[in-house]
Amino acid sequence: MTSVSTPGTAQSAPLPADWRDFFALTKPRVMSLVIFTGLCGLLAAPVPVNPVLGFTAILCIALGAGGSAALNMWWEADIDAQMKRTAARPLPAGRMSRESARDFGLILALISVLIMGVGVGYLAAAILAFSIFYYAVIYTMWLKPRTPQNIVIGGGAGAFPPMIGWIAATGEITLMPVLLFAIIFFWTPPHFWALALFVETDYAKAGIPMMPVVAGQHSTRRQILVYAVLLLPLAMLPFWIAGAGVVYGASALLLSAIFLVLALRVAVFRQGVGETDMGPEKRLFAFSVFYLFALFAALVADRWIMG
Amino acid sequence: MNQMPSFPDPEAERKRIIKQRNWMLGGLLVGMVVLFYFITIARLGG
Repeated sequence: MTSVSTPGTAQSAPLPADWRDFFALTKPRVMSLVIFTGLCGLLAAPVPVNPVLGFTAILCIALGAGGSAALNMWWEADIDAQMKRTAARPLPAGRMSRESARDFGLILALISVLIMGVGVGYLAAAILAFSIFYYAVIYTMWLKPRTPQNIVIGGGAGAFPPMIGWIAATGEITLMPVLLFAIIFFWTPPHFWALALFVETDYAKAGIPMMPVVAGQHSTRRQILVYAVLLLPLAMLPFWIAGAGVVYGASALLLSAIFLVLALRVAVFRQGVGETDMGPEKRLFAFSVFYLFALFAALVADRWIMG
Repeated sequence: MNQMPSFPDPEAERKRIIKQRNWMLGGLLVGMVVLFYFITIARLGG
């Protein structure tokens, strides 16, 4: 692994990148959500799972997510350097070379798919491999810099973990993992656009065609509402047609209703809120994170309580 | 009394970082061996 010197220091020889920098490449905070949803997919599956194979599946999902995150940071180092939120990452801060990040990402991705294939199953490994390719190549390299629908497409990458967890447990693709995929797919745009509304200037500076930059705030708010409206019946589908019980159904209804009210506040009822006051957007963003944790926790609780 | 800030010796710092990384890598490799051992046991058990 190579390294680069730290800017602003007078060292003659560069210091190697610290292990913490490699850990930061894996986007640990995003990974926590990936691990959680993957674990929920695994635990909600209607079959007993060997603890060792279950642990291996979650480890592989985490390693795959970490690898694709490292590849994302390798590809976007120049963009990250232009945004305040990402400027301190190891590559734009000059603590690591781009080649190190790329090699680290490729190794993690390869190891995760190999262990998943050998240890858990080839179907789960194939979907894990496709999810890494989807995030690192289709989303990061191809569509993110080209279309304001980048977040909609990128949502697909984040939607794979519960599907992989479920398939790792059952070995087959059924309706429920597809619904779990769809829930995260439709949850991502309002979640991320709420964030993009209050960090809009950063994305504009970096030249990323984020929806608020390209289509304007009004259109983005309207689209947030559309996705929030669609999310409510979609979140109910596991209860209506895929066998989830009343614990999940009641939780999904309550959580999705609150999500919808907060989206309405962002899209329609902004009276009394100044143009520069992004309180409703920040509240929607914060709740959207809680929403996903709570919804998937309810799914697992339902499975363990209702059987 | 104010003291002059002390900067670590770059060569010592380099050695420390590389040593840490080697330990991390060694730990990961041992972890993988242990994981494969348990995966094998789990799969043999059906």
